Amino acid sequence: MTETTVQSNSRLGSRFTALSAENRAALIPYITAGDPSPKATVALMHALVAGGADALEIGVPFSDPMADGPVIQQAHERALKSGLGLRGVLDLVAEFRQKDAETPVVLMGYQNPIEAMGLQAFADRAASVGVDGVLTVDLPPEEADELVEVFGKSGIDPIFLLAPTTSGERTRAVAARGSGFVYYVSLKGVTGAANLDVDALGAQLIRIRETCDLPVGVGFGIRDAQTAGRVAAVADAVIVGSAIVKLIHESAQGPDEVDQAVLDKVEGFVAEMRSAVNAARK
Amino acid sequence: MPETNSQASGHGATQAIDYASFPDARGRFGDYGGRYVAETLMGPIEELAAAYEKYRNDPGFVEEFESDLRDYVGRPTALYHAKRLSDLYGAEIWLKREDLNHTGAHKINNALGQALLAKRMGKTRIIAETGAGQHGVATATVAARLGIECVVYMGADDIQRQAPNVFRMRLLGAKVVPVDSGSRTLKDALNEAMRDWVTNVDDTFYIIGTVAGPAPYPMMVRDFQSVIGREARAQMLEKTGDLPDQVVACVGGGSNAIGIFHEFLPDDSVELHGSEAGGEGVESGRHAAPLTAGRPGVLHGNRTYLMEDENGQIIGTHSISAGLDYPGVGPEHSWLKDIGRVEYAAITDDQAMAAFHDVMRCEGIIPAIESAHAVAHARVLAEAKGGQRILVNLSGRGDKDINTVARLEGIEL
Repeated sequence: MTETTVQSNSRLGSRFTALSAENRAALIPYITAGDPSPKATVALMHALVAGGADALEIGVPFSDPMADGPVIQQAHERALKSGLGLRGVLDLVAEFRQKDAETPVVLMGYQNPIEAMGLQAFADRAASVGVDGVLTVDLPPEEADELVEVFGKSGIDPIFLLAPTTSGERTRAVAARGSGFVYYVSLKGVTGAANLDVDALGAQLIRIRETCDLPVGVGFGIRDAQTAGRVAAVADAVIVGSAIVKLIHESAQGPDEVDQAVLDKVEGFVAEMRSAVNAARK
Repeated sequence: MPETNSQASGHGATQAIDYASFPDARGRFGDYGGRYVAETLMGPIEELAAAYEKYRNDPGFVEEFESDLRDYVGRPTALYHAKRLSDLYGAEIWLKREDLNHTGAHKINNALGQALLAKRMGKTRIIAETGAGQHGVATATVAARLGIECVVYMGADDIQRQAPNVFRMRLLGAKVVPVDSGSRTLKDALNEAMRDWVTNVDDTFYIIGTVAGPAPYPMMVRDFQSVIGREARAQMLEKTGDLPDQVVACVGGGSNAIGIFHEFLPDDSVELHGSEAGGEGVESGRHAAPLTAGRPGVLHGNRTYLMEDENGQIIGTHSISAGLDYPGVGPEHSWLKDIGRVEYAAITDDQAMAAFHDVMRCEGIIPAIESAHAVAHARVLAEAKGGQRILVNLSGRGDKDINTVARLEGIEL
């Protein structure tokens, strides 16, 4: 295994550059670390990559996931039963990196666990285990001066959100602070909420790109391959969370029951989405 | 005159701090406060902040708020010299009777202010979180009066503990939604209200019940509640010719405490004391006293003292009082603690229950169990110093708590 230390350009940059050359959107599946158990997480990460994930988004369990809908809330609650915290999640990424040095990994979570660990300690460890980006849901750019500076020195991309309620002026500010990509929350609501309106999305992305040069990932409300394909036609990345978390939960019989059959099912689900993403701009 | 009592004494030389200049433009009280929310809420929060900035000094808005406080809420509330309680505790105890407000607690001051703002902003739907149910009842009340749809989120465990208030809200036409996630108490109700808000940002106004949340809530709620301290300070001067030696109020999120403290902050001679929920004792771990035993972190849109574990997970709290059973606290309290202007102490369930009975038997007043924490704290202060003039914020009445008290004493109603 090679110890990967991410430099100022994380894997996200080269990955998006390559995808742009292929004229294809990235597929980024999300799972919550530790759901249903910490030992299942690394196997699930490899299954997602085997199915065709271009990057992975890994949720850091938090006691109060305010921006998440019921599916991911419950995943956080299941993960917390094992006592998994931010340090433990970083250990899981390190274990994943033993077999996969290529696939970008983005952590998605809330601010308090990072503060509890200490921002610098977190950034140092995250960089050394090969984390590429960090999305802190409840940290808007206005509150992120220190984080942006520390991440910049550690070669980690701070990923920020854009929403339908974000003004043009704020879009400019968000684009200026973030790197890697921006995550467009495609509907007003929490994760796993109602289906998104893909037609409206196209127009919204045109508006965002007027002021934002970063790749734009779209998430919230993408449940199936068909929707993923339609989003991939207009977005730079398709992020799928609740649908995968739900599939894992319904397939696994308990915390110790993520067997090959479950991994195959997850891989198959991602592969189906990937085919739709591949076909989107053909 | 108050000025003659204003020289710094007792608790050290506080340099002249312009308390009215806090929070700063970023919604900060020192290191605390701020605006830690997901992007979808940033636009609506900026809209709220702009609307509040516009109306807070608007004569028409202020006049409507003040006339409703007078004619609908029943203000000013009485300041009452509790003579028998004073004899029992060995101090001169004055009660600010927020229990006499319409709906039975201070919560209506803030719910009214925010509802009037919601109306001016053209919002057609109001949501709220509630713990003990007092803020939920206050919000349901003002929503009924204004004819605005109202949804109240309440932890499933709190719904059990506070059944009369749940029924009251429903009678007022509010929809009460039980929250089954997490610890099924106030913090989870707040999470769920935030989720509702993020989903319905266009037409919905979120009336937060305490001096916490993303800016501008801590300031806005403080402003609406500070009528308590303005009245109490003037009443003390009128009735005693002097300021109190100490002001005591219970602190969950801390809105009644900020409400009574704020006017006294520049009075250096007046000690301010906040009573946190000590539950079964701070050493037991079963309490809700973040200022006494927590550390700073980020939750519910602001940086403040929290009860959390080494991984930054928010930990379960315990208090006999649903209204104090919260792992965080308003950011202004965190700042006032750090600069030493207010002292915070934990009062146990048992101390609060003893005070509950004292107030009933000596004064014929049923205090809310929340408020009984402040009364118990006054007793502690009286025992330590004796003979002081202590102003206690009796933030609410305890009719809602009689089932809890009966259960504690093994009585079936």
